[in-house]
Amino acid sequence: MTEQEIFDKVVAILKPYVKNKDALAQVSHETNILDELKVNSARLVDVVLAFEDEFNIEIADEDADAVDTVGDAVRLIKEKLG
Amino acid sequence: MILTPEEVLAMVPQQEPFRFIDQIIKIDEAHIVSEYRFRPEADFYRGHFPGNPVTPGVILLEAMAQSAVVALGIYVAVKTLGIEETNKLLTFFTDADVEFSGVVRPGDRVTTSAKVVFFRRRKMRSQAEMRLDDGTVVCSGTISGMGIER
Repeated sequence: MTEQEIFDKVVAILKPYVKNKDALAQVSHETNILDELKVNSARLVDVVLAFEDEFNIEIADEDADAVDTVGDAVRLIKEKLG
Repeated sequence: MILTPEEVLAMVPQQEPFRFIDQIIKIDEAHIVSEYRFRPEADFYRGHFPGNPVTPGVILLEAMAQSAVVALGIYVAVKTLGIEETNKLLTFFTDADVEFSGVVRPGDRVTTSAKVVFFRRRKMRSQAEMRLDDGTVVCSGTISGMGIER
């Protein structure tokens, strides 16, 4: 799977939880999930579970805690996919 | 550490007049069954509705959440994080997707049954259902809460 494909899937998973639609329209690897997309922090668990299901990977809580930006999520998933 | 139903109930922080669990019938790391009888003297019946008291849906949801998220969450948190860590947390409602399908009158007893969907990073999501004694389902759906440091 290419990095762009992972990025597109990550954005699609985040989309239902995004409150700042303008930021979503400009989304990049540097976009902060909580501060810019305004995803509720309690929804991050849902997002991580969706990543696990979509990519068939397991994400440890410590790894999930280190995800701030969309790019962090893409890198983490890419690493897990090997 | 494994708690008894009585110990779990004693740890539920909601108290009268906002406690909607009388008894936890059974509880384990995946399920809970509890009962509550709605007090006819509850203040909200005066306005909901005058002359035709009906338990508000938000109260049914709160009652279901106190069992399915707070009490069950306490049990699972104590088992996985330990009592010390669990005591530092207070469970807050985060999201719900529920349907209401019946009416609960003053004095009615309801039974809430729930099973864990997930418990991750201090967030609990449960699939829950509330029934009247005659078996009528009055409220059902998924509800979630998260342990936040007090």
